[in-house]
Amino acid sequence: MKRILLLVSIGLMAVMLLSACGGGTDESQVEVFSWWTGGGEAAGLAAIQEVFNTEYPDIEFVNAAVAGGAGTNARAVLATRLQSGDPPDTWQGHAGQELIGTYVAGGQIEPLNDLYEAEGWLDVMPDTLIPLISQDGNIYSVPVNIHRANVLWYNPAILDANGVAVPTTVAEWLSAMETLQAAGVTPLALGEQWTQMHLLETVLLGSLGSAAYDGLWDGSTDWGSSAVTTALNEFVEILSYTNSDAASLSWQDAAQLVVNGDAAFNVMGDWAEGYFRELGKEPMTDYGWAPVPGSGGVFQFLSDSFTLAVGAPHPSAAEAWLKIAGSREAQEAFNPVKGSICARTDCDPELFGVYLQSAMDDWSTDHVSGSLTHGVVANDSWKSEIDTSLGLFMAEMDVTTFQASLVAACESSGPCQ
Amino acid sequence: MKTLSIRKNWLYVVLVAMAIFYLLPMYVMLVTSFKSFSEVDLKTMWDLPQTLALDNFIEAFKQLSPSLRNSILMVIPATLISSALGSLNGFILAKWKFRGADFIFPFILFGMFIPYQSIIIPLVQFMSMIGLQGLVGLALAHIIYGIPITTLTFRNYYASLPQELLEAGKIDGASMLGIYRHILLPISLPSFVVVLIWQFTSAWNDFLFAVILTGNTEWPITVALNNMAGSQIISWNVQMAGSFLAALPTLLVYIFLGRYFLRGLLAGSLKG
Amino acid sequence: MFKNKDRYLSILLISPSILAVLIFVYGFIGWSVRVSLSNWKGLTPDYSWAGLLNYVNLFSDPRFLVDIRNTLIFTVVFVIGCIVLGFFLAVILDQGLKGEGFFRSLFLFPMAISYIVTGVVWRWLMNPAEGARMSGLNLLFSTFKLDFLVNQWHTTPTWGIAAIALAAIWQMSGYTMAIYLAGLRSIPEELREAAQIDGASKFIIYRHIIIPLLSPVTLSALIILGHTSLKVFDLIIAVAGKQLPLDVPAIYMWQTTFDGLFYSRGAAIGILLLISVAVLIIPYIRYTLRTENQL
Repeated sequence: MKRILLLVSIGLMAVMLLSACGGGTDESQVEVFSWWTGGGEAAGLAAIQEVFNTEYPDIEFVNAAVAGGAGTNARAVLATRLQSGDPPDTWQGHAGQELIGTYVAGGQIEPLNDLYEAEGWLDVMPDTLIPLISQDGNIYSVPVNIHRANVLWYNPAILDANGVAVPTTVAEWLSAMETLQAAGVTPLALGEQWTQMHLLETVLLGSLGSAAYDGLWDGSTDWGSSAVTTALNEFVEILSYTNSDAASLSWQDAAQLVVNGDAAFNVMGDWAEGYFRELGKEPMTDYGWAPVPGSGGVFQFLSDSFTLAVGAPHPSAAEAWLKIAGSREAQEAFNPVKGSICARTDCDPELFGVYLQSAMDDWSTDHVSGSLTHGVVANDSWKSEIDTSLGLFMAEMDVTTFQASLVAACESSGPCQ
Repeated sequence: MKTLSIRKNWLYVVLVAMAIFYLLPMYVMLVTSFKSFSEVDLKTMWDLPQTLALDNFIEAFKQLSPSLRNSILMVIPATLISSALGSLNGFILAKWKFRGADFIFPFILFGMFIPYQSIIIPLVQFMSMIGLQGLVGLALAHIIYGIPITTLTFRNYYASLPQELLEAGKIDGASMLGIYRHILLPISLPSFVVVLIWQFTSAWNDFLFAVILTGNTEWPITVALNNMAGSQIISWNVQMAGSFLAALPTLLVYIFLGRYFLRGLLAGSLKG
Repeated sequence: MFKNKDRYLSILLISPSILAVLIFVYGFIGWSVRVSLSNWKGLTPDYSWAGLLNYVNLFSDPRFLVDIRNTLIFTVVFVIGCIVLGFFLAVILDQGLKGEGFFRSLFLFPMAISYIVTGVVWRWLMNPAEGARMSGLNLLFSTFKLDFLVNQWHTTPTWGIAAIALAAIWQMSGYTMAIYLAGLRSIPEELREAAQIDGASKFIIYRHIIIPLLSPVTLSALIILGHTSLKVFDLIIAVAGKQLPLDVPAIYMWQTTFDGLFYSRGAAIGILLLISVAVLIIPYIRYTLRTENQL
């Protein structure tokens, strides 16, 4: 009642009640902002928090997690908080250009090279990863987990029944899908627009190869080149083998088609594996996996990572949090629960299931490329322009226009000046 | 007489058919909220759940209960204060016109129609500038953006009342506030119901302002509901159960105030 | 006409509301206008003058043209659907049937549930899969031998947005029904009786007496529904995700502002939305005030 009275009086005199907020820096708490609010993500965050609490019992962990739309709501909230000069101490972001293009450019996050040196992280993370999360030699975030984007999930029973081998090149894939379609099977399950962008990036990687694919993002590969035209034509052909209701399916619905025997293939990041297990499906019998055709030996990654805010209210506490986030103990606690692998290469494989063990092997040996859909290779503006071009393309199916608008997107928001 | 009852029977057939249309989505929500995670499948969405376990509801309640309190703390003042302000404004604009009142009314009314997405950034900046964040700031935002519609409702209602009603009060020597309190307020209940229902529904179901203006310990139920869905794998069964729980207070308001709602609309509250 | 003291008091009492609206509505609109005329792109505010560039670019932006088309289709289908269905239900409920209260509440219920959830249910209901994977409403239609009703729903090219409007109609038509019902009840019984005595049929009575008398109700329903439809945002995302064929300005604005950090363009879209609402609203407000003054 008292609270209500208080609210009532404040409401009535709202504009008169101007109050200044004060307070100096204290290190008694750390506010961690993320979009991990449910399922394995939330459980994983709680696991890191536990490690943190044992290590730093004096620092209170404040969990500021906002869900929705693969972090879209969270990013909007974060953007408005940063606009109004109220940053959390540390926040989650997809490692790579999504962070760098947005927050480094805006002067919102601190470089972490000293922390990397002090903790010896450079020795335990893949060499090819570091440039992807750095800008001008500065590393800006601490990756906690690694997901793989270029995974082709398949239904082993359907492939067997139709005498189709797991394809390793785009050409093999296309002919396999032709066979499957002739047999009355939906060859490839696809979902809503972002899963279409996910498919596009893996096809670009598979068709161009990792060197040319990486070059798309630093300006050394021409978006207008004939190799890209070929890749886009292959993308069109691949789309012709997808389910007609793609636009109405979430990624979960689309992935479920494969394990339920309604479709042969699905291209999705390896969080799909966690979903399959939650549905009670068995690896190798209900679902199998392979790199997306043409991308063998390449690990197209995405990673959730944490930053240090410029002007963090509790800078040392935030650094303590980052130290824990990068530690082997925390990563071993987080990743088995979340269904991802450690960014570090020294985690204990025994803690992980059969799929994740294979991903760990690939992570430490494969060439590492970055994902577009999940924020590694392109800044937000660029990505959102590609997204618009793709959306228009999905309606018109005109490769020439699509390629022209991709070239234009790279010129207006990417490195192609 | 007989033909009349046959006609009525046909009307019932039409009504029931319409009721089915309105209930279909509710049915899907309800059966899904009882299913287990692996049972949730597009192909079997019409099927009844295999068991009638309340697990999803318990799980959802566990996750939603802390924010329930926040929602109540925020919605009650937001609803009451904006209704009170609307009633006062409506009274002044309808019956106590001063010079410029005819300009003030459309000036306030226009606020009803702004797309909220476009004012989010200045809203947050302004709120943090005056130091009003969290539930208080959220309640304030709902109060202010509620003023246009509450003012409109009350003004139209009061404008429809005969001027003699006030003159009688004036002759008795009642002051302006006295007239408001003793003559108009007692007959304003129907309009209050209309406004309360509208404000309660919009404040309770609002997500946009809530997610931007409040911090993690103060989130109302819509944000908590949204947070229940993880970012990658979404348990629709628990989500649907949670959405039923979240809609419960609004449904109760409709059931208890529903009969007055129509009377309020009838009283000219929403007349053009 | 009244005492000075009361005049000051009334101005005093209304001024907090005026001040609040001045800041929270007009102040923020002003800020948005300013941003829409700048080059602000990225997290750091950039108020450098760009003139009308953002607006000009929008009108040659294929995505924005899709948005305008979708908004037009959505608004027309949604507003007409709600009004026709709401009027129809109100007329039936006005016949003095038993259980009126029950049906009335039932039709109002959808309004109580948030778009985020009903949107997902509608996505399932409107699944367009064919053959063995057919589900949702299509499955229902085909089970009841109504195959001609089976359709592609929101994945239909160009007109898909109309399917989303169906979900919105489901949610808002109960409200339209309630205000029509209130309108019907306020028509004096004598008017109908008089017409009946003159031998007018039910249809004629509705066509020539009741519908014209309800036109103020229709007008305010039009306004409420019209501006709701311009703001629709979370429902579309919940049904269809963010995809271009079903894009509307409100989604484009959110995405370009918060996903693409293109603040100036987002503000320009917001202002254009506001202008289209104003085109709808200002004549309505003027009309209302003028008819009142004539009384």
